[in-house]
Amino acid sequence: MSKCRNLLLGAALTALAAPAFADPLGIGRDAHPDEIAAWDVNIMPGGAGLPEGAMDVWDGEQVFIDNCAACHGDFAEGLDNWPALAGGGGSLQDERPLKTVGSYWPHLSTVWDYVNRSMPYGNAQMLEPDEVYGIVAYILYSEGLVEDDFVLSNENFGEIILPNNDGFYIDDRAAVEFPKFTAEPCMSDCKDSVEITRRAADLNVTPRDDAGLIVSTIPDIMGATSEAEVVPAAADAPVAQPSAAEGPDPALVAVGEAAFKQCKTCHQVGEGAANKTGPHLNALFGRTAGTVEGFRYSRQFVAAGEEGLVWTPETLQEFLAQPRDYIKGTRMAFRGFRNAGDAEAVAAYLATFAGDGS
Amino acid sequence: MTDSPSFPKPSRRAFLGGSAAVAAGAVAGQAAASGPDPLITEVQPWAQVFGDGVDAVPYGMPIEHESHVVRRNVEWLTADVTSSINFTPIHALEGTITPQGCAFERHHSGAIELSKGDYRLMVNGLVDRPLVFTFADLERLPRNVQTNFCECAANGGMEWGGAQLQGAQFTHGMVHNMEYTGVSLRTLLDEAGVKPEGTWVFVEGADASSNGRSIPMEKALDDVMVAFFANGEALRKEHGYPVRLVVPGWEGNLWVKWLRRIEVTDGPVEGREETSKYTDLMPDGRARKWTWAMDAKSVITSPSPQAPWRQGPGPMVITGLAWTGRGKITRVDISLDGGKNWQEARIAGEPGSMALTRFHFDHDWEGSEMLIQSRAMDETGYVQPTKNALRELRGLNSVYHNNGIQTWWVKPNGEAENVEVS
Repeated sequence: MSKCRNLLLGAALTALAAPAFADPLGIGRDAHPDEIAAWDVNIMPGGAGLPEGAMDVWDGEQVFIDNCAACHGDFAEGLDNWPALAGGGGSLQDERPLKTVGSYWPHLSTVWDYVNRSMPYGNAQMLEPDEVYGIVAYILYSEGLVEDDFVLSNENFGEIILPNNDGFYIDDRAAVEFPKFTAEPCMSDCKDSVEITRRAADLNVTPRDDAGLIVSTIPDIMGATSEAEVVPAAADAPVAQPSAAEGPDPALVAVGEAAFKQCKTCHQVGEGAANKTGPHLNALFGRTAGTVEGFRYSRQFVAAGEEGLVWTPETLQEFLAQPRDYIKGTRMAFRGFRNAGDAEAVAAYLATFAGDGS
Repeated sequence: MTDSPSFPKPSRRAFLGGSAAVAAGAVAGQAAASGPDPLITEVQPWAQVFGDGVDAVPYGMPIEHESHVVRRNVEWLTADVTSSINFTPIHALEGTITPQGCAFERHHSGAIELSKGDYRLMVNGLVDRPLVFTFADLERLPRNVQTNFCECAANGGMEWGGAQLQGAQFTHGMVHNMEYTGVSLRTLLDEAGVKPEGTWVFVEGADASSNGRSIPMEKALDDVMVAFFANGEALRKEHGYPVRLVVPGWEGNLWVKWLRRIEVTDGPVEGREETSKYTDLMPDGRARKWTWAMDAKSVITSPSPQAPWRQGPGPMVITGLAWTGRGKITRVDISLDGGKNWQEARIAGEPGSMALTRFHFDHDWEGSEMLIQSRAMDETGYVQPTKNALRELRGLNSVYHNNGIQTWWVKPNGEAENVEVS
């Protein structure tokens, strides 16, 4: 590669890349202090960079349940494949270690920083500092590291040392592994016998296509005719048939499908749709709120259904404008569409799915 | 390490012989097919009528016959596709450059759409002049071109406990290799002026995960690039359009996409992605951190479970990829008997530094079963270890940096299976 670069770009560029610190070219403008404040929010180990704020475990629990429990569980134990945040103490040498804040994470600053910058998932960077302190306090409580009357604040933050603070050491592969892996390799008669000790076929966990082949297996072209070749090997999904003439406005449905991307993290729709973090949304309209079998709704959601809330395109749009005002206490982390047209479009999109997902 | 085949090339006739010859067990040099091939003796439609006009496809996709050459994900691996990984179809690719459209993706909060007009890059922290660059600003700075592999530290991570996934795409496909054009990170740091106490940089993305990693200043000033072209065109959305970081030889998580901020600091941030993730748990319950460099590694891409050998006995091309995060690949050996005996493969062209290297091995296959392996060596003298040698040192729970030797069991019918051997 270096040969090509020299040939193509000449020696001038090579010289430019070499000096210790070059004179600036004066490109770029000064960053405004407000811009730096807006983006430079990461927290250093020990807590440098933390804003003022505080919240106790009790209030933190409520913030956690509102914002985090849909994926991480009410007790930070982790639902489905979502990460557990607590409960891994003493497991690091187990066959299946559970890396949680108390068992693995070295610094509390990491927890605060991550919750603040990257969570809640799908609605990031919306929490107030007090709320972040509350969530972190509740996680500490869930790990049994603080009592239920504990208040976490920027003042006492540095006093919390996580159990695995000393559990990490800097990459030592050069010292430990390289001596073992740098000998001149054997070329012949390197072992007496070779036996197969493991077979992936015994597990059979690789995705397969409709024909039963591992997905993306290279098609057989030996003796194939052109007709046979034209059939795409990876025809995963049958082509959807256009619906009846008096169907919904296809343009609106398309907008709705795009807007629904925000919902797909939690809600499935279509053929084979199942309850995930949220209930499936097939045959939504006409359904009484809070009644999908097998889904664990919030108390308030079930109550809304019992009081007569039935999903129609209209009630759905009202709900999606301000979910948390419409049903106070809903576990749904979504805070509503900014654009009212999106709610209408999503309603049109969902109206296209029958009970079996077709 | 010569580039001239050690084996005679298969005769053209063997390939054109058609199905009859294959059924008869065609080998190189076979005299003739059993009858005339209608594909030759009859005028075919494509030889008679028009093909597409030049206005048919302003930006082309691969022809439909190649529709299997796509990224794949494994649903059960992660909780949701927006924080997940897919795999490059390396079993179906050749050469060294990975097309962007099928190069693996790893997102922490989905691939975002960020326009060049809306793009801003901040350089702040321990600098003389905190700066903001627009995309147009970046275009004014001197550019370099470099080709590097990007490998997720978890590539092969599902195989620590034993052979699990069927196919090079799944066992080794969290890797891609592109030719990048961009600005040296050093150039941007020079514009801002690094203060003497600045010993690290923290790089951060603009997406909702705001993925951030700490990089020591020595590396930042060495070969890290702020890239905006890949393989001659703009970065694809899923690869960080309009701007991503290229950190040659180091684990993919550091290659921050949608790069929005570079902060000069006096220590590592120790954020979530460099503590709770991307650290390697050892058998004693402690964990290695800062295991940035990717160890030398190789895999035979064909034949492999998704690339069965259907041509039967006779000349066979065994091919694969080798790479190292510590410079250049110097040699690749091939074993056909599960590591008992080894022979040197041909390396294609001049190996690049911290770039994918293609190797070929021209074999005259008798049609009996084989346990094929490849073993890479790099310019530091490092020899790719066996999986069991790694497990002896690291146990089964280090998740990342599995660079052990891969075995494919090629059966007499040419199908291949992921296995491990004693």
